[in-house]
Amino acid sequence: MNETIYVYDGTFEGLLTAIFDSYESKRRPTAIQPHDRKSPQLFAEVADVFTDVKKANRVAKKLETLDKSLFKNLFRVYLSEHDERELLIYRIVRIMLEDSSRAKSDFRHPDILRMKEILKEIRREVHRMHAFVRFQRLADDIWFSAIEPDFDVMPLIGSHFKKRYADQKWLIYDLHRGYGLYYDLKKTDFVELDAKSPGNLSEDLLHHEEKDYQALWKEYFDSVNIKARRNMKLHIRHVPKRYWKHLFEKL
Amino acid sequence: MNERVREKLSILSDAAKYDVSCASSGSKRKNTNKGLGNATGMGICHSYTEDGRCVSLLKILLTNHCIFDCAYCVSRKSNDVKRAAFTVKEVVDLTINFYRRNYIEGLFLSSGIFKNADFTMERLVRIAKQLRTEHKFNGYIHLKAIPGASEELLHEAGLYADRLSVNLELPSEKSLKRIAPEKNYKEVYDPMNYLSEKIADYKTEKRKTKSAPLFSPGGQSTQLVVGASPESDFHILNLSKSLYQDQKLKRVYYSGYIPVSNDNRLPALINPPLQREHRLYQADWLMRFYGFDANEIVDETHPDLDLQLDPKVGWALRNPQFFPVDVNTAPYEAILRVPGIGVKSAMMIVKSRRHGRLRQEHLRKMGLVWKRAKYFISGVDQGLRINDWKPERLRSQLISTTVLKNQGQLNLFG
Repeated sequence: MNETIYVYDGTFEGLLTAIFDSYESKRRPTAIQPHDRKSPQLFAEVADVFTDVKKANRVAKKLETLDKSLFKNLFRVYLSEHDERELLIYRIVRIMLEDSSRAKSDFRHPDILRMKEILKEIRREVHRMHAFVRFQRLADDIWFSAIEPDFDVMPLIGSHFKKRYADQKWLIYDLHRGYGLYYDLKKTDFVELDAKSPGNLSEDLLHHEEKDYQALWKEYFDSVNIKARRNMKLHIRHVPKRYWKHLFEKL
Repeated sequence: MNERVREKLSILSDAAKYDVSCASSGSKRKNTNKGLGNATGMGICHSYTEDGRCVSLLKILLTNHCIFDCAYCVSRKSNDVKRAAFTVKEVVDLTINFYRRNYIEGLFLSSGIFKNADFTMERLVRIAKQLRTEHKFNGYIHLKAIPGASEELLHEAGLYADRLSVNLELPSEKSLKRIAPEKNYKEVYDPMNYLSEKIADYKTEKRKTKSAPLFSPGGQSTQLVVGASPESDFHILNLSKSLYQDQKLKRVYYSGYIPVSNDNRLPALINPPLQREHRLYQADWLMRFYGFDANEIVDETHPDLDLQLDPKVGWALRNPQFFPVDVNTAPYEAILRVPGIGVKSAMMIVKSRRHGRLRQEHLRKMGLVWKRAKYFISGVDQGLRINDWKPERLRSQLISTTVLKNQGQLNLFG
């Protein structure tokens, strides 16, 4: 059989289009990869995928009718940014088309088990962001937080913060991926900032009470510790060091 | 910056930290009318202290002035510590400002007793009420129910709080009276029973109409200090069992006694009994999620938990006739009793086997603790059976392979 590498634009719609194309042309992918990922395979045939919303929607619709929550999970796997994600999603789609209930209950199957593991990682990262976002009140009354999550979880965390902070404008910004989510009291939008390093806020941008509350929080954090029970190993397992730079209590 | 607030925060959070409850889950308070906060779904630990405990709520005392002299308590009257008291406004401002910055899930407010129970309870309720009504705050609020407070105040507390708790503190009335002479079990059980009745009413009401007013939707909890008095684990776990069954508590917390004084009413402990506390939490988990009865975990002939061994392994070694469990055919409840298999892997096992036979290679990847489970299962081309082993030999095998590596304190405060 011919080896076919599908090269797509890196978007979820593009990936669904690639899956559509592979079914239409009856050419199974040996790889599906975004433009910017280098491939070592020299002799494979390359199929360029032109992202087509109509094709993507047809795939999405079909998968949603089979199992809505499973389809959402495929999107989460896509956000994991693992190199294996595209082919894994493709193979899960194949299982879904055969027997969609199997795709979420037969953990003997290595792909189904792998998906479960990735979903667990994603869920943990979403939960970490729910926990580790630290808003700073800016002088113009926007509440700002910089984050650097392990995976691209921004699309998954907006609804939590929207429900919780319905009455304050906020911006959560992923420094690593260069985009953020802004809530203007009505709706959330994805935004990109021009600033070179949006994580470093000069003090005159902050609300006049901001530093005081950060100090109070630090005071609180230090005084609830029970020294007789100190256990740094456990501490670091719960709050890995890579998150510390955005946690004021750890600075 | 108001230095005074900072000092108060330091004193009154330090004094509150020995209450180990940190849960911020189980409530159903939604953000309606564009207020602040949303207390639905699972709890969130926003940080962890260096001792590895969850920081979820702003946990403070309103004051550490106290008319009581309970020996286990750092705020007891006779203890020479700095005293402070927050104003209502200070607590409200701290809660709102910490919450808006996503530092916390809400407020856990307790207090030393000043003047009397009602006077104290009324202040706690006033703060919760102000947060809910004036600030449209829908975050989590955990209030202490002060023993001896009137039913009117307890009722009002239930309207504003997501969870209420009244601490038993000592696992028997005899110990309580010896260590905390001004307290008695009746004054603790009265509010607990009143609340459990009201919470049950609220649940019935809610089944009829969705709009039933909330009453402590996250239920109630309590705390037992462990190691400050002579009660056995058998006694403690049977007490917990009755608290779960009769008072319908959501959680019983165990707090390994940490010496906060040299009071001669208390034992001279060098280190807090963290391992015992850890085993008690494991046993508590077995009762709540694994279908074990207190009397299966400990009994009159084995009244204390084995500190070296997970209580689930302990039960398995005392009941070799139950094993091996065939993972391909046994019911879920039996699989759940296998050491090394937790709720999640048990679910994966029963789901997966509908599609075909499970083999060893499948199980080893499903996240169960194979090196423990392997002694207790069958049906997966697996030679080692508990029948081939003498329990004593297996015991030392299991201790050397798993337990010693894991001597640190696990986080079970969730």
